[in-house]
Amino acid sequence: MHSSTVVVVILLLASAAYQWAKSRSISLVGGTRGVRNLHSLPAYYGMYVALWCALPALALLGLWHLLGDRVVLQLVLAQMPTAFQQLPADQAGLLLNDIRNVVSGAVPMETARPEVVMAAHHWQTLSGQSNLAGGLLALCVAVLVGSLAVRSIKPDLRARNRVESAAEWALLACSGVAVLTTIGIVVSVLYEAIHFFHFVSPIDFLFGTTWSPQMAMRADQVGSSGAFGAVPLFTGTLLIASIALVVSVPIGLFSAIFLAEYAARGVRTVVKPLLEILAGIPTVVYGFFAAMTVGPLLRTVGESFGLTVASESALSAGLVMGVMIIPFVSSLADDMITAVPQSLRDGAYALGATRSETIRNVVLPAALPGIVGGVLLAASRAIGETMIVVMAAGLSANLTANPFEAVTTVTVQIATLLVGDSEFDSPKTLAAFALGLVLFLATLGLNIVALKVVRKYREQYD
Amino acid sequence: MTIEQHQHVTNVARDVVFNESDHSRPGEQVDTKTVGQVTVEAPVITARHVNVHYSEKHAIKDVSIDVARNSVIAFIGPSGCGKSTFLRCINRMNDTIPNAKVSGSIQLDGIDIYDRSQDIVQLRARVGMVFQKPNPFPKSIYENVAYGPRIHGLAGNRADLDEIVQTSLRKAGLWEEVKDRLDNPGTGLSGGQQQRLCIARAIAVDPEVILMDEPCSALDPIATAKVEDLIDELRENYAIVIVTHSMQQAARVSQRTAYFHLGDLIEVGPTEQIFTNPRHKLTEDYITGRFG
Amino acid sequence: MTKTAMAMTTTQARVAASLRRRYAAEMRFRAYGILAICIGLAFVAFLFTSIISKGYTSFQQTYIALDIDYSAELIDPEGTRAAQTLQAADYEAVIKASLKEQFPEVEGRASLRHLYGMISNAGEQLLRDRVVAKPSLIGTHERVWLLADDHVDTFFKGQIDRKLPESDRPISDEEIVWVDQWKAQHRAELRFNTAFFTTGDSREPEQAGVAGALAGSALTLLVTLLLSFPIGVAAAIYLEEFAPRNVWTDIIEVNINNLAAVPSIVFGLLGLAMFIQFFGMPRSAPLVGGLVLSLMTLPTIIIAGRASLKAVPPSIREAALGMGASRVQMVAHHVLPLALPGMLTGTIIGMARALGESAPLLMIGMVAFIVDVPHSLSDPSTVLPVQIYLWARSPERAFVERTSGAIMVLLGFLLVMNAVAVILRNRFERRWS
Repeated sequence: MHSSTVVVVILLLASAAYQWAKSRSISLVGGTRGVRNLHSLPAYYGMYVALWCALPALALLGLWHLLGDRVVLQLVLAQMPTAFQQLPADQAGLLLNDIRNVVSGAVPMETARPEVVMAAHHWQTLSGQSNLAGGLLALCVAVLVGSLAVRSIKPDLRARNRVESAAEWALLACSGVAVLTTIGIVVSVLYEAIHFFHFVSPIDFLFGTTWSPQMAMRADQVGSSGAFGAVPLFTGTLLIASIALVVSVPIGLFSAIFLAEYAARGVRTVVKPLLEILAGIPTVVYGFFAAMTVGPLLRTVGESFGLTVASESALSAGLVMGVMIIPFVSSLADDMITAVPQSLRDGAYALGATRSETIRNVVLPAALPGIVGGVLLAASRAIGETMIVVMAAGLSANLTANPFEAVTTVTVQIATLLVGDSEFDSPKTLAAFALGLVLFLATLGLNIVALKVVRKYREQYD
Repeated sequence: MTIEQHQHVTNVARDVVFNESDHSRPGEQVDTKTVGQVTVEAPVITARHVNVHYSEKHAIKDVSIDVARNSVIAFIGPSGCGKSTFLRCINRMNDTIPNAKVSGSIQLDGIDIYDRSQDIVQLRARVGMVFQKPNPFPKSIYENVAYGPRIHGLAGNRADLDEIVQTSLRKAGLWEEVKDRLDNPGTGLSGGQQQRLCIARAIAVDPEVILMDEPCSALDPIATAKVEDLIDELRENYAIVIVTHSMQQAARVSQRTAYFHLGDLIEVGPTEQIFTNPRHKLTEDYITGRFG
Repeated sequence: MTKTAMAMTTTQARVAASLRRRYAAEMRFRAYGILAICIGLAFVAFLFTSIISKGYTSFQQTYIALDIDYSAELIDPEGTRAAQTLQAADYEAVIKASLKEQFPEVEGRASLRHLYGMISNAGEQLLRDRVVAKPSLIGTHERVWLLADDHVDTFFKGQIDRKLPESDRPISDEEIVWVDQWKAQHRAELRFNTAFFTTGDSREPEQAGVAGALAGSALTLLVTLLLSFPIGVAAAIYLEEFAPRNVWTDIIEVNINNLAAVPSIVFGLLGLAMFIQFFGMPRSAPLVGGLVLSLMTLPTIIIAGRASLKAVPPSIREAALGMGASRVQMVAHHVLPLALPGMLTGTIIGMARALGESAPLLMIGMVAFIVDVPHSLSDPSTVLPVQIYLWARSPERAFVERTSGAIMVLLGFLLVMNAVAVILRNRFERRWS
């Protein structure tokens, strides 16, 4: 029995239970005229029973699938010839993989080893039986619990309250998904990163100045050389992010000031969305633009000034990234500037200050904490941006502050180390997770500080 | 009145005002429905036939009034009567509000402040304003007071500036309270102190007129009393226009009182006369608390 | 008017003296603002013109008319007309024969290779389909429009300068002669490139299309929408309407705000380690892509949802509660319907962002070269932005045009989505007085 059919049957049962419970609750009080004597509306009794019918059965089914696979696996292994049971762990793992492949059909039956085929057959029969048993059990539970619940219906049963508290729990569970995501990120990244630090010491990783993850792979000598020094990646990331900020902060700030304080309403309604187009363009488009248009352009311009600009220079990536962040900075700055109360502006105007004097001396100082918070958020975005740098910044881990040279960044390395088939036991792959950990912590720190500053600032004028 | 007619009246009013500007009062007559003595001798501000429109709304209807030197005039009236709007016309603060249209003429020392050649920065340096809610800048006390002189270049050097700050704070009666903590943020003061700081900030520019828009409405009675005393002292050097909700306050601080009602200026007169012997029915109803 | 009047005049004089300098500063400051906006707008214009000028040609493709002789000897020498024979026949030879017939003077291996290389190998498939569908074609002649190879196409569109020395361009002198000849005979023309929208990826630029990537994007977005919309709305409702103010909800709140700012690539790491490595889900599948993107979009939807719930005035809640409604009823009957348009707008914007996202999908293997159009949630597939990334890395010149074309398609979809969001907002947004 396929589990999706079981689910469908359970849902059908639940809707049947809904109808049954609804009509039973009505008949309990002697027809629709007596509904006032019920604690809740009949539909709530229906929902109450339907929930009892479906939820335990579905939970059981899920649990059965989660545990059933492992039980089946143990049974299959127990059935194998003893020689296989005594294999060392890594070979047993390979064998298991073979069996899985045959079962899933990824490897045709004919090409596999006979004992694997046998095991696979065994697996299929067992899991078929297991599915059948689980499905039947779940259906039994649905019927049993559902009918018990129908029996429990009494006019004074507080069905609405029960259903509503179930709904509230469901809502709570949904809001927990966000927390689970964070935990998932921390656990998965941390786990693999710790694994990585078995191969390479954290000191070498954080303070080493040579990055060449390919070397360790070549000679098959695990962690043999100090090739995992991430300092060039950090400096590369910072270089590109600072170029991006140097471009975006003045442009974003001044356009926000102009739009908030000077522009006529008509100009504002046209220009603001136009600038925000920049925020809606996918990063891969910026990447293509940086690699195909800006990079060559800078190279030509550089040559005419007698400068050597690498075709994948930090400058082109940073410049384009800065353009991407402009609307981000400007909309945050706009928020902060408009949050400054009009009374402060009036105070300055009443003294005879010009517009720019009011902005420079009153509005901007008042909005400063918020703007700083916004810039920090922009910095965190620049550090975490991937596609632009993957496409335009290149892979050479140079330790340099020269924007005309090619550098690489943390995100570029994560992307390149993990694209393609990755094995989870080579330091090359794991290094990506260690970099991911650094990236996550750095952006998290920036975000927390920035959000706190912004929040505090907002409260100031609420 | 249609817009065109209204325009016409305005033009006529300008001519009339031009003739008046030799200050030959108070005998001269102004074409107005306002009861009482609209004109004074040697006024600092002369408003004639002022109208204000906010998009659809006609907020000020043909108001004419003079403001005398070295005295306090109070604008009273029920909320929404236009007294604050009219106040903000006097230093063109309405310019910051989109859709607000002002017509008629307002003269400061005989020069039309709505004239094209009038510089708004200069105007506001001469007509200061204190707002309903204290709005010190998020800067130190010293910087708050020094701000005006700084932007207008009134102090030649640091010593001059210190001098201006000190005098202004003294005039505002705040010096003794804050002289030891001039570097603390202005926002850290109590409400009453903040409002006096805003007054100090306004007088630091040495204006001729100070506009006050319900300056005590956000203050407790003790702070209010201090600000009222201050207003009385400031009268020596400045012309003061105060908008207030409280009739008692108007009676305490002002020499003249103007009663506004739904955008019309109903009655103007010496404060004592307005409160004891109002000549217009609406004024009387308001004074006696029949509405408001 | 004695002493004070004197002071007044000096004040006025000083103010007047400062005016010129101050207004100059004012003008400068204003000019900076205008300059900043102009720079921003110039970038928008530059970006779009650069992409559109490179990409609009990808919607047209060069076709060449050949007189095909469906010779029985080449296709079906035994005359059985069996379907298998027709399938397996050598249609390449048919095309070659037709080319040879048209240019009998071409001799020599190199020249012949050039000649045969002018027609895309998609032509064989076209002829095969025609013959299998209609075996009676065998033994007849027919003029068929066949897809030209990418270097011919690039040349025909004028993207290769014929004045360059032969070694510097991908098309040889004799090929140029043939193309010119075809052009003179009206045997070569640009036609709308339907294949671009109906086929999957290909190693041959002239055959590569975005259909596979579009299907992958659609499947991935479907998963994202189905997961993130209900969960996001539920979470927003809980946090805004039910959650007690305590440490737990504070944590959730801080957490959501932070999650919204976590770099997308970190979600890719999560997907790789969690879904693929730990739960053993298939690589490159829209299912996993959708899961990762929903976790990424969730904070956006929750934040937008909370904002639109906040915009519903408390008086409505009080009215419902005052009628004796329970909190759940209040939310379900009154608050949610009023907040839903705002939530939908937020969701569409979140979906648009997910549609343009590529970094986390690289991590979970949606970056493979996949020719077939995916049909289910576990088929290996790629998405439109990743397809753009893949094409952008291809060395062939013709792929630059494809990349820009795909970007135009992607931007078109984003434009539509954002337009829908704006319309929705304008149509349903209520102003509470």
